[in-house]
Amino acid sequence: MSALLEVEHLEVSFGRTAAVRGTSFAVAPGETHCLVGESGCGKSVTALAIMNLLARGSARRARRITFQGEDLLKLNDRGMARLRGDAMAMIFQEPMTSLNPAYTVGSQMTEVLRRHRGASQRAAIDRAADLLARVGITAPGMRLGQFPHQLSGGLRQRVMIAMALMCDPKLLIADEPTTALDVTVQAQILRLLATLQRDLGLGLLLITHDLGIVARIASRVSVMYAGEVVESAPTAELFAGPRHPYTQGLLRCVPVPGKVRRDEPLGAIRGTVPRVGPGFEGCAFRERCDFADETCQHTVPRQRASAAHDYLCRLPA
Amino acid sequence: MIPTSAPARAPAIDVRHVAKSFGLGGGKSVTAVDDVSFTVPSGGVLGIVGESGCGKSTLARVILGLLAPNSGEVEIDGQKIGALDRKARARLIQPVFQDPFSSLNPLARVRDIVAMPLVAQASFSRAEIATRVDEGLARVGLAPEMGRRLPAELSGGQRQRVAIARALVLRPRVVVCDEPTSALDVSVQAQILNLLSELRRDLGLTYLFISHNLAVVEHVASDVAVMYLGRFVECRPTEALFATPEHPYTKALLASVLTPEPGLGVPDVGLGDVLPDPANIPPGCRFHPRCPIAEPRCSNETPQLKPRPGGGVECLLVP
Repeated sequence: MSALLEVEHLEVSFGRTAAVRGTSFAVAPGETHCLVGESGCGKSVTALAIMNLLARGSARRARRITFQGEDLLKLNDRGMARLRGDAMAMIFQEPMTSLNPAYTVGSQMTEVLRRHRGASQRAAIDRAADLLARVGITAPGMRLGQFPHQLSGGLRQRVMIAMALMCDPKLLIADEPTTALDVTVQAQILRLLATLQRDLGLGLLLITHDLGIVARIASRVSVMYAGEVVESAPTAELFAGPRHPYTQGLLRCVPVPGKVRRDEPLGAIRGTVPRVGPGFEGCAFRERCDFADETCQHTVPRQRASAAHDYLCRLPA
Repeated sequence: MIPTSAPARAPAIDVRHVAKSFGLGGGKSVTAVDDVSFTVPSGGVLGIVGESGCGKSTLARVILGLLAPNSGEVEIDGQKIGALDRKARARLIQPVFQDPFSSLNPLARVRDIVAMPLVAQASFSRAEIATRVDEGLARVGLAPEMGRRLPAELSGGQRQRVAIARALVLRPRVVVCDEPTSALDVSVQAQILNLLSELRRDLGLTYLFISHNLAVVEHVASDVAVMYLGRFVECRPTEALFATPEHPYTKALLASVLTPEPGLGVPDVGLGDVLPDPANIPPGCRFHPRCPIAEPRCSNETPQLKPRPGGGVECLLVP
């Protein structure tokens, strides 16, 4: 199956900091691919780099970024603007800051369709109301006339999702879409995303730090550490047999009701994520790794645990 | 009224009929805490869970003596918190807040931050302060040279260690942890949770542990209170609550915990999209507009506490 989105050896740096260091992954149509990692691992920067939305002062290089076969590295600002919000849409963590407080839900939602498709206001309003109903908002007509501050966090995130769907995207990039929400609302929003993804056949690139979310929603997982994908596998395979010591450590850190005895120490990973400069060599996890030896100072091999499962570590599969 | 456990001696925390509301102007008000009572025995950990706006942080502030309740009383270690001055209060109970980025003075060095509670007491010599700060930093796993740093030079986990060292430097009886790991990465969260457990055992501390993360609460708490619109709707020993949740809201909260188990999918928590509004608390059972099993009587009959071993539950529909 040909990929919807292919990213090959993406590098992003901000001055002396290498935020993304040779990340490669692909999202197939109808697939939910999770990028998981801790803060500073480069997962959000990866998403912004794909959309070409990086802040000034950053440098993006890649061997290849293609979307539906189109080379995104060759597109100018106009070309990217044509794609963004149309065939590829993005939703962010904080729906309060990514919605414009000065415009009604209706005017923000319809703008996308009018700009990209030249739809009439009437047609755009109808579409917006349909989608609000689709994302589980009751009384969509009333919501269209409201301002973002009149909505709860969960409703705002539903509005963001509905807005992202206005132009029937093929790819949806969601960056921590439920992190700012209560657990009950989080479950509702993720359930909605999973349903939409399945019904509309969307490719979903979901960025999260939460392994619980990954386990429940992803078909494929890429674990990022210090700007690199250190392990990538189908979800069930990754959770059943993590190969990279970082992935193993992460999975031991999470308290699971009924699995870890109360008050027993959790398997913490010692130390903190290192700052990695452009010329960094070797495994970035070695300072925190129980298995590290001198060979980890040099280039680490990417090995295969199975046809669909690879990891960046010298340890044998 | 929900007693958490039968205490052998004066409980470390004794909260009796505490209520706190805030005026909104125009004669309207928000009831953040509505007649809450509980005790926590010395050495216990009471976890408080609930959605944002349920009143858990307001309750924490009342217990810390930072907010005066409209009615009711809080006793820490047998002493009425409202009758104590700030210095005496600080020796009994200390907070650790969620965001170590905003709870530490950005212009002060770590040593001075940790020393602050001692300095404020105005009864410790310089030498005593220095010794206690050294001990405090070591106890939370910070190297002595960290003392010279500014908060901006520390990671989130290190900052939270500083906040914990500061909370413990006066050797309080009770520590109120309000979402102490929510701003941290999972690997660091595990380090801090392990540290908090170790400190509790070594120093005989009692914790009030507020979190929206039920998996974390299950791991650290001996008892759990589920708070909904200002009330404890269910409060029971941790194992019992997780094994056999009774209140429909507790069940929904537990159902929304996404454990890292692939293949289970995202559960339907069945709560609908009506959200609780503390300025407009529904009559009858306050949970009935969202309750998946509500009956007509739930909208006009107020549920009374039904006692359970080590706690109780407030629902009309449980036996």
